[in-house]
Amino acid sequence: MVMTLDELPRGDRAVVTGLEIRGGARRRLMDLGLLPGAAVHAELTSPLGDPTAYEVRGALVVLRRDQARAVHVEAHPDDEDR
Amino acid sequence: MATPLPTPGVGPGAGEACASCALAPDAARLARLGLDPGRYSYVVALAGNPNTGKSTVFNALTGLRQHVGNWAGKTVARAEGGFSYGGVGYRIVDLPGTYSLLSTSADEDVARDVLLFGRPDVTVVVVDATRLERNLPLVLQVRQITGRVVVALNLVDEARRHGITVDVRHLTRELGVPVVATAARRGEGLSDLLAAIEQVATADDPPAPLRLTHHDPELERAVSALAQQVAARFPSLPNTRWVALRLLEGDPGIEAAVRDGTLGDLAAPTTDTAAEAAG
Ligand SMILES: Nc1nc2c(ncn2[C@@H]2O[C@H](COP(=O)(O)OP(=O)(O)OP(=O)(O)O)[C@@H](O)[C@H]2O)c(=O)[nH]1
Ligand SMILES: [Mg+2]
Repeated sequence: MVMTLDELPRGDRAVVTGLEIRGGARRRLMDLGLLPGAAVHAELTSPLGDPTAYEVRGALVVLRRDQARAVHVEAHPDDEDR
Repeated sequence: MATPLPTPGVGPGAGEACASCALAPDAARLARLGLDPGRYSYVVALAGNPNTGKSTVFNALTGLRQHVGNWAGKTVARAEGGFSYGGVGYRIVDLPGTYSLLSTSADEDVARDVLLFGRPDVTVVVVDATRLERNLPLVLQVRQITGRVVVALNLVDEARRHGITVDVRHLTRELGVPVVATAARRGEGLSDLLAAIEQVATADDPPAPLRLTHHDPELERAVSALAQQVAARFPSLPNTRWVALRLLEGDPGIEAAVRDGTLGDLAAPTTDTAAEAAG
């Protein structure tokens, strides 16, 4: 299933398919390892639901919702029918 | 105070100063100088992603006790110390972890400013051997700025436990700079690391910065034109193309450095000025 990263349920996995954002904000996401093909895992959500911590390439990366919304992902097949 | 170590790990002062970190590598040539490097010839910067063991390396070489722990973001400001190796003084700077020199958070700005404008003679990039894919982008970014780089492939003990082996010779060839396998917490590989630091610090003819290539003729024209102007304004700058690309990206830090002239500090260091700064 195709969605944006902010929609990925906690505990689920996905693969990055694209970034819909430009300029410095795009650069930042890429520098954090969110490149097409990278596997992500939604790990922890703060009490207010924003920000959320994701596991990306072996490190925990914390994104605000507006950052996560710019990341297009394809949900991992095993997590789809939850 | 200089405390030359007669035998690894049992020197009175230095052994105590870092009880938790493993022994002095190459005891005969290393003296940990703690906070006060005295007169020094070279400046070494420790860069790397968060939590790769930079402060562990720093402590092992200086005998100091920078905060070490197993989570990211422990080091938030630069810390400095000294050691001497083969009778030559080195000042070493421990930096906060950073993923990138291109986009930064506040902690990362500290690291970026030192790497870009602090004119280190050697930049040691400490990378996590168990997460190479994540760690290599920063190595490449540093290589685009300077050839005076040593890669410390740290946590090789962890990698071994996970059945990961890294082809160090291949990596050395591809990056064009020394790559040294280390397990800093146990002192493993630190004598090789010191030898590589010495080699790079004293090299008359270091490798050139990696040249950025791309295949867009329009972008190439813009980069070349801008790079020429940057070169005219800052003649000793080694990596004008890198600067030109940053300017085209609208990098605010680089823009400011061009405007106020500090960009000139990016130019290759001279040991004379480093020694003066110490005096
Ligand atoms: N197994 C193993 N652990 C290590 C090694 N080097 C460092 N560590 C451990 O890794 C953790 C991080 O080490 P630090 O030296 O604090 O890392 P850092 O890069 O300074 O971290 P930040 O300042 O937060 O970026 C600590 O728990 C160290 O004891 C090593 O070679 N092998
Ligand atoms: Mg540290």
